[in-house]
Amino acid sequence: MRILVLGCGRLGARLAMDAAAAGHEVAIIDKDPRSFSRLPGDLNAVIVLGTGIDEDVQRSAGVETVDTFIAVTDNDNTNIMAAQIAQKVFHVENVLLRVYDPARAETYQSLGLTVICPTRLVADVIERELPDFNLSSDMTGL
Amino acid sequence: MYIIVAGGGKVGFYLTKTLITEGYEVLLIEKNPAKCDIYMEQFGAAIMQGDSAEASTLQEAGAARADVVIAVTGEDEDNLVICQVAKERFEVKRTIARVNNPKNEQMFRTLGIDATVSNTNVIMNMIEQQIPELPFVHLLALKHEELAIVEVKVSPGSEVVNHEIQHIRFPRDVIITAMLRRGELIIPSGQTVIEPGDELIVVTRRAQEEQLRRLLTIDAT
Repeated sequence: MRILVLGCGRLGARLAMDAAAAGHEVAIIDKDPRSFSRLPGDLNAVIVLGTGIDEDVQRSAGVETVDTFIAVTDNDNTNIMAAQIAQKVFHVENVLLRVYDPARAETYQSLGLTVICPTRLVADVIERELPDFNLSSDMTGL
Repeated sequence: MYIIVAGGGKVGFYLTKTLITEGYEVLLIEKNPAKCDIYMEQFGAAIMQGDSAEASTLQEAGAARADVVIAVTGEDEDNLVICQVAKERFEVKRTIARVNNPKNEQMFRTLGIDATVSNTNVIMNMIEQQIPELPFVHLLALKHEELAIVEVKVSPGSEVVNHEIQHIRFPRDVIITAMLRRGELIIPSGQTVIEPGDELIVVTRRAQEEQLRRLLTIDAT
C-alpha cells in the first residue's frame, strides 16, 4: 500500500513507523519541523514540511498516487479539511481521520468520511471496565 | 433576518458592529473569554462565548433559525468546518466563509460553501482597477468563478495587432464584447482590425485567462 500520514505527533509518527516496517510506501506531512525528530533517522519515508490543508503540499507528498490518507494532527478542523481535500479533490480510496469532538465526528461520519473519535473510544473502554457504570441501563435491560 | 458571525477578530468585530447598525439581528461568537468581556460592553446580548465549530455552541446560538452564518476567524480550516456544521446539522440556508489563503477560495466552493470572501483577492482587485498601466484587469468574477469579465490593453508587439478579429486564434470560450479605441467605444465584428493600445472588454473562462493575457499583452517573437 501507499500511505500518506498527516501529522507527525505521537500517533502519526507511530503509524508511519509501523507502516514502513510492514513494507508499505510511506509519506508524512507536518507543519512543525521539530515534530520529525519523533521519527528514527533511518526511516524509509518521504518527509514533507508544510500544512496539510494546502492541496499543493498534499500533492508534493504524493497524494495523487496513494491509496490511503490518514489525518491525525491534534487539530480536528485541520484533519477534517485535509481529509476532504484528499477525498473530494484527489479521490484517495481510503481516507481516515481523527476527530476528538464526538459531535463533529458524527457529522463528518455521516458525510462519508471514516472518522475515528478517540473520546468516544476511550469513554467506551472506561465504561466497560467499570461494572457498575451502566447499572441503571443494565437494570432496564433485565 | 438573523445573522451569526463566528470569530471576533477585527473583521468579525467591525462586521458585527456594521450589521447591528444596519438593523439586523446579529450574534457574534468568540472563543476567547477575555475578548468577549470587552465586546460585551459594546454589543451586550449580541455576543456569546464559545467554539463555533462545536455543535453545542451553534445549538445554543440558535443556528437552526439563522438565515446566514458568516465564519471569519483567522483559520481557514475553522471557517470551513463552522460553515459545514451549520449547513449539515442546522440546515442554515446560506453560509459565507472568509478565506485567508486565496488558494482556498475554489476549494471551499468544491466543499460546498455558498460564498467566500478573500481579503487578499479583494485588495488585489482594487489595486488592479486603480492602476491604469496594468494591461490586464479583472472587472468582474461571475458566479462560481467559472467566468470573468476582463479588460485587456493590446500591447504593440502582440501577434494580434493589425489582424481582423475573425482571423485571430483566440483561446476557446472567449468573447470580445466591446473595445475602447482612443476613448471611443466600438462594438467589434469579425472584420474589426485590432490596433495597438485597443482596450478589449472580454468575457472569458477563468481557465483561459492566462492564455488570453499572453496572446494580447506579450510581444510575439
